[in-house]
Amino acid sequence: MTLDPDAAMRSALAAIAPEADLDELEPGDDLQEALDLDSMDFLNFLIAVAQSTGVEIPESDYHLVRTFASCGDYLRQHADH
Amino acid sequence: MADPRVFRMPSLGADMTEGRLIEWLVQPGDAVHRGDLVAVVKTDKADVEVEIFDDGVIGELLVPVGDEALEIGTPLATVVDAGAAGPAAAPPPPAPTPPPPPPAPTPQPPQQPAPAPRPPEPPAVAPPSLAPPRPAPTRSTPAATTAHVAASPYARRRAAELGVDLARVAAAQPGHPISAADVDRAARSRVAEPAPAPKPEPVAPVDQSTAMRQAIGRLMARSKREIPHYYLQEDVELTAALAWLQSHNEQAPVDARILPAALLYKAVALTAAAMPELNGYWVDDHFVAGSGVHLGVAISLRGGGLVAPAVHDADRLSLVELMGALRDVTSRARGGRLRGSEMTDATITVTNLGDRGVRSVFGVIYPPQVALVGFGKISDRVWDVDDGIGIRPAVTATLSADHRATDGHIGARFLADVARRLGQPEELR
Repeated sequence: MTLDPDAAMRSALAAIAPEADLDELEPGDDLQEALDLDSMDFLNFLIAVAQSTGVEIPESDYHLVRTFASCGDYLRQHADH
Repeated sequence: MADPRVFRMPSLGADMTEGRLIEWLVQPGDAVHRGDLVAVVKTDKADVEVEIFDDGVIGELLVPVGDEALEIGTPLATVVDAGAAGPAAAPPPPAPTPPPPPPAPTPQPPQQPAPAPRPPEPPAVAPPSLAPPRPAPTRSTPAATTAHVAASPYARRRAAELGVDLARVAAAQPGHPISAADVDRAARSRVAEPAPAPKPEPVAPVDQSTAMRQAIGRLMARSKREIPHYYLQEDVELTAALAWLQSHNEQAPVDARILPAALLYKAVALTAAAMPELNGYWVDDHFVAGSGVHLGVAISLRGGGLVAPAVHDADRLSLVELMGALRDVTSRARGGRLRGSEMTDATITVTNLGDRGVRSVFGVIYPPQVALVGFGKISDRVWDVDDGIGIRPAVTATLSADHRATDGHIGARFLADVARRLGQPEELR
């Protein structure tokens, strides 16, 4: 079962940062900085996204998924590959 | 029938004085074994699943679930021998409930449901001078109310004992500070008055983040007051360690990836096992080595505050296991429940502020532990290499250690050993 990338990211972020107002998040914001995610949080985010979209983001591509917008683009590009 | 034994409110860390029973996980008649989870206690820092350190059958639950603050040592349930319970598991007659023993100023291993095989339990509470008796009623009296009232120290203590608000006490001699006798008189007249309904606990329990700050404040102030810290620092090259990690993570599915912190912590755990002088407690004016390396991991909580639960036997876990344990304990610290043994067993603590971008952190030791290892951000540095200088990834490792337990010589060897292990990452697996 796969989710739409934006919904998957929102759901993952809401679980990790329940107090955050995701509507305030700008598409170009750095996720880790904007939501105060440490590396453990970010790893949990990637795990949750992989489970709900089926896309595993390799460590070498972490720099491509730093923002909500770029992560969404990445997930759409790599879906069903 | 054998006398029932008593399961008491345990000490869940050196910074705890009381807890609230928020859930029973057992019922009368349930068989329990050492290590079973029997209740959930809310402390200032976390909801903690509490283990029992006894075998038997739960006799009677002496305290209902509620918002009442219960001091350490308060009897919570009786435990009878399995044979004594009988098929009907009739609850034994309620033991004449003794008043909760005052927080023991000295450790009382036989009395406490102490984690027995573990080293001397950290003193249940801060030394007496730090923890004046605080009968429940005074809890609702804001300290600030009495701070500006002129009163003798003894009068203040007496007022605290009797639950008297100093602001409502008149001095016998106008213009003089309030004396203890004034307080006693006020207490007597209060009794004579139509008894005010027993003050309920404050309707809104103390805000959790305030309580968290206060708990951290008490513990850290005690640390800085009692522990003569010394500090050491060493830059550790991580070229080999990060290369090893990268090759591992390239092949691993996302949920089996390992963070650099796990590698750093594993190195500390192995060093702590090899150099037990820094792995343990300072209790009663001497050092007691830990039984095993139980690595306290400082975890910052969303919204502020931190806890440092223990990962048990961290030196014996494989790197993958340690990473799993870190993920588990982090998520439970931030969103779920920790266990009593995790709150009390740490023998040495690590903190990692690398994610926050700082170069180094000199931590405050968690009493009664004697050392804390800190890591900053991993970054590329100019580095001495064989034939000149190069650029190498490195991390600054620090050690805060208790000078009562060790000298800088031992501390320096400790950090050098951590650095050496990080240079040989294949041995950290």
